Amino acid sequence: MAGAGGGGCPAGGNDLQWCFSQVKGAIDEDVAEADIISTVEFNYSGDLLATGDKGGRVVIFQREQENKSRPHSRGEYNVYSTFQSHEPEFDYLKSLEIEEKINKIRWLPQQNAAHFLLSTNDDLRINLWHLEITDRSFNIVDIKPANMEELTEVITAAEFHPRQCNVFVYSSSKGTVRLCDMRSSALCDRHSKFFEEPEDPSSRSFFSEIISSISDVKFSHSGRYMMTRDYLSVKVWDLNMESRPVETHQVHEYLRSKLCSLYENDCIFDKFECCWNGSDSAIMTGSYNNFFRMFDRNTRRDVTLEASRENSKPRASLKPRKVCTGGKRKKDEISVDSLDFNKKILHTAWHPAENIIAVAATNNLYIFQDRIN
Amino acid sequence: MFARGLKRKCADGEEDGEGALAALRAAPSYSLQRQSLLDMSLVKLQLCHMLVEPNLCRSVLIANTVRQIQEEMTQDGTWRVTAPQTVGRAPLDRLVSTEILCRSAREAEPPGPGLGDGHAPDMVSELCVVPSAQALQSPQSSVWEVDSPRENRGSFPKSLDQIFETLDSKTPGAVEELFSDVDSSYYDLDAVLTGMVGGAKSGHSDTLDALASAPAPPPSSSCKDLGELDHVVEILVET
Repeated sequence: MAGAGGGGCPAGGNDLQWCFSQVKGAIDEDVAEADIISTVEFNYSGDLLATGDKGGRVVIFQREQENKSRPHSRGEYNVYSTFQSHEPEFDYLKSLEIEEKINKIRWLPQQNAAHFLLSTNDDLRINLWHLEITDRSFNIVDIKPANMEELTEVITAAEFHPRQCNVFVYSSSKGTVRLCDMRSSALCDRHSKFFEEPEDPSSRSFFSEIISSISDVKFSHSGRYMMTRDYLSVKVWDLNMESRPVETHQVHEYLRSKLCSLYENDCIFDKFECCWNGSDSAIMTGSYNNFFRMFDRNTRRDVTLEASRENSKPRASLKPRKVCTGGKRKKDEISVDSLDFNKKILHTAWHPAENIIAVAATNNLYIFQDRIN
Repeated sequence: MFARGLKRKCADGEEDGEGALAALRAAPSYSLQRQSLLDMSLVKLQLCHMLVEPNLCRSVLIANTVRQIQEEMTQDGTWRVTAPQTVGRAPLDRLVSTEILCRSAREAEPPGPGLGDGHAPDMVSELCVVPSAQALQSPQSSVWEVDSPRENRGSFPKSLDQIFETLDSKTPGAVEELFSDVDSSYYDLDAVLTGMVGGAKSGHSDTLDALASAPAPPPSSSCKDLGELDHVVEILVET
């Protein structure tokens, strides 16, 4: 994996002018469920970009070599290969349909000595796979209670530490993160560290637990920090401090007063992901109305951008967007009630070394890059 | 954007501390909203199998919300437990939508227990002393028998246990079962990618032939030397 501060990657977010580069996918208004992109990942070098969709299709894009006749545009990503991962299956023993959706694609680092993989096989177990042993996995976390009626918490995400191959974290629907060390015990039912921010009693509501549920957890490239995404914010944690995050960034705080409606239309259960830039100086996550947000950790500034066909002219700069939260709406601002909650950006990826980002907007993949001066 | 008739101000609207919170909770509009939230949650739980994708996390969060509401209503004394023999199987349409609730001006929440709704006073007073945790674990499944002062909503056909079990249907073995009949040509893609990263790109078919024996095996094939891999695409599938 790219190390922190490698490759001259400037601080992300606001010092840069983000420009449209490419968009992949059908323009059709009518989107088939199967075409909805469910995961986006750059490989360790950034030369390959993989997407998976709900129909089980994997598309791998490869970055073309720089074109000398067009020096201002960096190598474009074009389809390298596409394949169907698997067809939907029906398990006759359990009368269950096994869906074909691709949940996650992980590129293995080139020099991964451990060759281990985590799979959250479902919401209650984490299994460990070794690449040389493909006919079985090892269960390392199991939170299924004897009586399912007692189930009050599920696992929502898990990730290996980028540098310490025996360490992994998993997040829960109650807003907690547990860090486990596989060297301590075979079954990691005891955690080494437990991260949880104390609740603010003044903002307690019936929705407090739901919005604290962590939808994604990602280690920084350096391995020193981790980031968690809950419904309204992203939090950066120092692995040495379990009591509270070191940074909290509001993604769309204006939705806090709309939680009733978002509960009714199920948007409150949307699982947004988040990602770091190569130098860990900036973080990015998605929102509604095809907006996505970037936070510069050094300057403490943030920006809201939009992935839309209207802004899709080659090398066109993206204009920062603003949501009007009250009072008089300024020109170019959009009011909260006008936001399209069907246009959600759940998956984003940042090139490990350069300022190139991939943003999945339903069935379209947008690629943006910074303007070269 | 908003549900028809649903007030914008949610249960979390207060800002002034305990006194204001108590006042807010006593207000009829708060009780109405809380009740409608409860109704909505119960309907969501019942219909969770109709989602495009099964979602255990969502069901657990909704169930926890129901528990919280029940706990608060128990403390307020507005939660009723019906005797087992009076529990019928009320059809789902007995659960009023939020719109109907908010429209009706007559449906103000009566404060306190045992007022004008025909329930046995001794049952109600029993409830008042029962701690909420116990109420949750009552063998009569009282959690799921919500009886509002307005009408008997009855019990629900599905227990929480059944709902959760249906959603958690996976076993550790499911993933490799999934891969067991995958066409082996799928795995040749890894070989292709390996070849591509390793050197100059060649035609797909050449690479496939050249690296036909390369790694990333299906379960039935023998293990390969991982040192030969430049990188491998791993598809993680949750079943």
